[in-house]
Amino acid sequence: MEIKLKNKTKAALSTIAIALFLILIYAADNGMFSGSSWRMFITVIEKGAIFALVAASMNLLNGFTGLFSLGQAGFMLMGAYSYAIFTIPAASHDTVYQYFDGGIIKWSIVEILENKMGIAGHYLGIFLPMIFAGLLVAGVAYLIAIPVLRLKSDYLAIATLGFAEILRAFFQWNTLGPVTNGSNVLRKYTTYESAIFPVIIAGICIAIIFLLINSTYGRAFKAIRDDEIAAEAMGINLFKHKSMSFVISSFFAGISGALLAMFQTTISATPFTTQMTYEILLIVVIGGIGSISGSVIGAFLFTASAEWWLRGLDSGRWLGISSGIMRPGFRKVVFAILIMMIVLFYARGIMGDKEFSWDRFVNWWRSRPGAIKAWPDKLKANSEARKKARTAKAVAKAKAKEDKADSEKKKSSGIPLFTPLPMSDEVIIFDKEGN
Amino acid sequence: MDNRQVVLKLSDLTMQFGGVVAVDNLNLVLHKNEILGLIGPNGAGKTTAFNCITGVYEPTNGSIEINGEIVIENYPKGKMKEEYKGLNAGKYTKSLVMLPDKITKLGVARTFQNIRLFKGMTVLENVLVAMHMNQEESVFGATFRSRKARREEKAMRAEALELLEKVGLYENRDDLSTSLPYGKQRHLEIARALATHPTILLLDEPAAGMNPQESDELMKFIGEIRDKFDLSILMIEHHMQVIMGICEHIYVLNYGGQIADGTPAEIQSNPAVIEAYLGGDE
Amino acid sequence: MNLFNTWLPYILAGIAVGGQYALIAIGYTMVYGILRLINFAHGDIFMWSGLIMVYLITVLPLWLSVIVVVVFAILLGTTIERVAYRPLRSAPRMSIMISAIGVSYLLQNFALYITGGLTKTYPAIRFLQKTVAIGSATTKMVTIITPFLTILLVFLLVMLIKHTKIGMAMRAVSRDFETSSLMGIDINRVITVTFVIGCALAAIGSVLYFSNYTGINPMSGAMPGLKAFVAAVFGGIGSVPGAVLGAFVIGIAENIIKGTGWTTFSDAFTFVLLIIILMIKPTGLFGEKDIDKV
Repeated sequence: MEIKLKNKTKAALSTIAIALFLILIYAADNGMFSGSSWRMFITVIEKGAIFALVAASMNLLNGFTGLFSLGQAGFMLMGAYSYAIFTIPAASHDTVYQYFDGGIIKWSIVEILENKMGIAGHYLGIFLPMIFAGLLVAGVAYLIAIPVLRLKSDYLAIATLGFAEILRAFFQWNTLGPVTNGSNVLRKYTTYESAIFPVIIAGICIAIIFLLINSTYGRAFKAIRDDEIAAEAMGINLFKHKSMSFVISSFFAGISGALLAMFQTTISATPFTTQMTYEILLIVVIGGIGSISGSVIGAFLFTASAEWWLRGLDSGRWLGISSGIMRPGFRKVVFAILIMMIVLFYARGIMGDKEFSWDRFVNWWRSRPGAIKAWPDKLKANSEARKKARTAKAVAKAKAKEDKADSEKKKSSGIPLFTPLPMSDEVIIFDKEGN
Repeated sequence: MDNRQVVLKLSDLTMQFGGVVAVDNLNLVLHKNEILGLIGPNGAGKTTAFNCITGVYEPTNGSIEINGEIVIENYPKGKMKEEYKGLNAGKYTKSLVMLPDKITKLGVARTFQNIRLFKGMTVLENVLVAMHMNQEESVFGATFRSRKARREEKAMRAEALELLEKVGLYENRDDLSTSLPYGKQRHLEIARALATHPTILLLDEPAAGMNPQESDELMKFIGEIRDKFDLSILMIEHHMQVIMGICEHIYVLNYGGQIADGTPAEIQSNPAVIEAYLGGDE
Repeated sequence: MNLFNTWLPYILAGIAVGGQYALIAIGYTMVYGILRLINFAHGDIFMWSGLIMVYLITVLPLWLSVIVVVVFAILLGTTIERVAYRPLRSAPRMSIMISAIGVSYLLQNFALYITGGLTKTYPAIRFLQKTVAIGSATTKMVTIITPFLTILLVFLLVMLIKHTKIGMAMRAVSRDFETSSLMGIDINRVITVTFVIGCALAAIGSVLYFSNYTGINPMSGAMPGLKAFVAAVFGGIGSVPGAVLGAFVIGIAENIIKGTGWTTFSDAFTFVLLIIILMIKPTGLFGEKDIDKV
């Protein structure tokens, strides 16, 4: 039997899940757990959140509007630069722009606002350039949209790829050096301090994309994706809606670029290649074209595999297997093969075009092999069992107290401090990596 | 003659692709609340005429008037100037084009010969899409669910459900559009077209693939919606039974050209029409 | 005259690079003409041909190496078609494009693994590196040979397309995929032949192209690949002479831009050109307009 949860239950579950997630990140970020895995965990969370955002923005275009656009890396690049340029502290300009006489922008928004408003100004100083980065990218995207969106799907792919390349060349152009630092890296700009920041920003942005898709405009986008001619016959202005989707998608790509700049602490135009766009596209494919939650899951899986789980493949030892063929670069080969498998044999990706829902999650959880089928009954049974255990424990405790009183000096280890938790798979993985 | 208001008027409409004249000098008048038939053998240019009216193609020559206003007009230009094979080349001097979405906004809705529903959407969503163009709330307000957006969405849903009820698809509202049986898909296409609030409805072979009983029902249905929604209907159809049963006036095309027009009775006894159908490739 | 002498080296280099782009562009334009697919992996097949040459030259004589490189490229291309494109032929257009991107990603990453990310020195082929003087300019032999070799190969290809049975089949398939398969044309064979020709030419192109540069790395194929594709679009996708013309235009223009000191934008220029041509004449110079059926 399918279970349908109440809306309140779902809302509660979501709130709890998000809260737990944030607490976990906060705890890990503040060194409450030891071990290198936790540091890795934080890296994956940060990078995963950033890529989840850019993948969701790409999905909005490719999956929901049917525009095969490959300009995402270029827009991220632009977002990253426009954020970094305005937040380099005045004192650092001479060192950063050492080949360009300290550049022409001699101030930092963060510092200006900090002086005026203190700590609130600091955060506003990060937030405003980030939004500005998004808006600037959106503006450029609008200009690009005019010629590009008239093209048919495959030409659109190449033209957007081309624009990304033009942007890359533009930001490396020496003549613009006083602003962009030419082909040298930008560094020392203000970054976020807590891993919570990118997670929350990306989360909000993804939620907005999600809301957009489920509005009437989102329906119009999907109509264009399904059948342009029919959509037009329904009075939907193709150019208006396509450019809307393109501009909004670019805005979020710009924001994710700004976040990436903060994550990396230094930025240069070189890595924003077509390969990066391909990676974003592949995240979308892994998650499922047409599923925002799929993109999010895809992004975290992708970064976790690339940065963490498959890392051993590069250093000669992975899952206890060592081999000579595991040398630097092997990870990416395995990865690419996995992706090709997904593309060829599992083209729908993890989520297909469905979104995550608690109903589906609960039903999936119950339908997995070995699951407890009648869980309401079981739950009852469990709670009774727990009650019993509690009374038993209380009895034991009372007994122990007596025992303790009896043999005060004898330091026994009779009662375990914690009742042993059932080990889940994840815990085991963490343990292994931690060692 | 007919003194009802003219809602759609095609004058010397000609569509030439390269050297092929798909529609040749078509002159057609649709009156208010009329049901007009457009018939002819395969490849006679009927659908092409529809595509010109709805702005999908830019006609080579001629003009299209909707509710008394010329909205599309063209004359042979550039290379076409020499290649043009149609009539009245010098008569038109303006070049007016209008995109399909604008035509729809003027109150002209259509269905397609080979059903074009939005595959990834449910029946209800298919109808809701057609109401999007009347939405006033901006994308910003719609995304953040402003009060206006919520009100509009609610009204849209109510209207869409009412429409589905009228066309008999209410029970199927949450089914995927492509999972519907063929006949119902045709009904959904019509419902979707009606959702754009048209005054003129263009139906491209609505009875295609239907059995006699189904097409009888369709005939009745078309008559009903004409009255309920105050429509003027232009339809392409091959089922003679449907055409003869419902249309007040019929135009016959062959090889792009117009070979006859008149009442069903006149058409049935017209020798040119009989020749076209018997001697043609049908 | 002085002006001519200043610009001559750039123009010569442009013609040479143009010829090399042309050899890659043919693969794009033919595959697109028949499958309506941008073979994103084509540039990487080109790169791999170059890479294999680096390894082969250490064990084989030059002439044999070149032959093996061509055979390798053909095998690689046809295998990709069979494994990654054929199963998706009836899938939506986007799926097959994504598959092509996936293959490209795989080929690049595999090259990265093999080379360890280092730039490999492309073998110096003495005959191609020989210095020749034209007027006041000196240039390498490869610069002179490329355009002639390109024109010769293109001529042979056009003859093949025009006058042989398989050529006729190719033209038919590119015009109407479904009808031709109903007419009993062996579509799979036509597609395989298309990939064979495209990859063989890309392999020859790689020998000429990389002889101009000293190094080759896993990303060396991406840019020439994209440019060749733009050349194909410029000339009208599906048209072989169009692609060749487009390639020469791009090659020459790009080198002139380098001559004026705007090197940063020499790559970007290609895409500006692409966008301009698509806006003015979306079907390219020799492309045919196809009308959507409604």
